[in-house]
Amino acid sequence: MSTQLAAGSTRPTKPDELLRLDGVAMHYGRGETSVTALAGIDLTVSRGELVAIMGASGSGKSTLLTIAGGLTQPTSGEVVIEGQWLSDLPSAQIAILRRRTLGFVFQDFNLIPTLTAQENVTLPLELDGWPRRKTRTAGLDALAAVGLKDHAQRFPEDLSGGQQQRVAIARAIVGTRRLILADEPTGALDSATGEGVLRMLRDRVDAGAGGILVTHDARHAAWADRIVFLRDGRIVDENVRDHPESLLAGRRTI
Amino acid sequence: MSVRQSLLAILDQGPCYGYQLRTEFDRRTGSIWPLNVGQIYNTLDRLERDGLVAKGDTDEQGHVYYQITDAGHDEVTSWLSSPVVRSAAARDELAIKLAIAVTLPGVDISAVIQVQRRGSLRTLQDLTKTKNASGEPESAGDLAWQLVVDSLIFAAEAEVRWLDHSEARLARASAAGLMAPMQLTLEPPKRGRPVRAAVDNDAQVAGSL
Ligand SMILES: Nc1ncnc2c1ncn2[C@@H]1O[C@H](COP(=O)(O)OP(=O)(O)OP(=O)(O)O)[C@@H](O)[C@H]1O
Ligand SMILES: [Mg+2]
Repeated sequence: MSTQLAAGSTRPTKPDELLRLDGVAMHYGRGETSVTALAGIDLTVSRGELVAIMGASGSGKSTLLTIAGGLTQPTSGEVVIEGQWLSDLPSAQIAILRRRTLGFVFQDFNLIPTLTAQENVTLPLELDGWPRRKTRTAGLDALAAVGLKDHAQRFPEDLSGGQQQRVAIARAIVGTRRLILADEPTGALDSATGEGVLRMLRDRVDAGAGGILVTHDARHAAWADRIVFLRDGRIVDENVRDHPESLLAGRRTI
Repeated sequence: MSVRQSLLAILDQGPCYGYQLRTEFDRRTGSIWPLNVGQIYNTLDRLERDGLVAKGDTDEQGHVYYQITDAGHDEVTSWLSSPVVRSAAARDELAIKLAIAVTLPGVDISAVIQVQRRGSLRTLQDLTKTKNASGEPESAGDLAWQLVVDSLIFAAEAEVRWLDHSEARLARASAAGLMAPMQLTLEPPKRGRPVRAAVDNDAQVAGSL
């Protein structure tokens, strides 16, 4: 472990900073057949901030997200979550961080087929030793937030694709998660349901969480405070929205 | 033409005077396209000329009420039961800009696209924020406003999608060496065909399959 070294080698953490990537690079494979999925990414997400990531297929979005969530180790660079350098943490500590702090929505949902919707959602809480009652309430709250309270006892195979996706989202927001990383969380949803999910994510973020939203859909990216474009593993543009001008005539302006 | 038909549809609910029509149009479209009184009276004049409305009573305050005719009522019915057809050849500022930019030497087309995408996304973000701040609709007027905002949001999204698509297409074309800028020429165009003909042609092809 190289706590001092790592801590001394990077910028200090700002108080409201939830996540920071410093020069993160990722190469899959070695030598001739090596693929550069990420080529030096610097990115921060603060409390109350939702960042959208857009980019063509294969540009590195999912790779970036799994690295940010501590699911994959980068080839080089640092990931810092709430001031903790992941490279300093033993894997047991990273696992705790993942089930307490992080909510991850996988592009392919990753539900456990032998568990009900509710059990899937509350799994991280149970692993964390939450009391039964509290776990149950939190699970139902999260399912209600995605409009699936009535489907709590169903198994994944008895749910439609869009419903499975919403269970995956419920799992990512259950309990006290502060950093939500969502990979195409609306891919299987119709436009009105997708908008409901975005509104819910936005509310969580406005209440003090932080999040990254990977999406191909500009309408969904528009819910973010910042839109980052990836091309060939590099950030090529960032769209920061400061204060909105009113585009609309008439009574309703903000 | 939608202003003309909208005013007619409102008059189909009962006689109105000019300023009242303006208010009715505004509250039914979320006040997003405010009309001035001049436009209202111009439209009413034309509707009267075409026999779709007639001047009726004047009240104590001097408001002249306009009343719909049978022909006007038929016009409303036909408006509501037929699709709005957007002309395929309607000028689109952005499509023209991009098409021209592609033919010019020394223009970085991906920069042009990126600048536009930033602008379109900004619009989309502002619209979304505005809509989000307003919450659930609480009246028919709110609902009208949200419908219109949604339509602007979807239009902005379509623009971004088209830019993404164009960027990918241009990258392929560039890789295939097709991106040579056009020189000035005196020859008449060979390859252009009017959009209308193209559509008819495609329909024929589709029909013969
Ligand atoms: N396990 C792996 N082994 C080898 N290459 C990989 C692996 N995972 C991803 N890649 C490659 O890394 C690059 C980035 O992939 P990634 O999944 O991050 O893209 P993405 O932006 O999420 O795409 P999509 O929009 O299709 O989900 C791609 O070229 C991909 O082929
Ligand atoms: Mg992906």
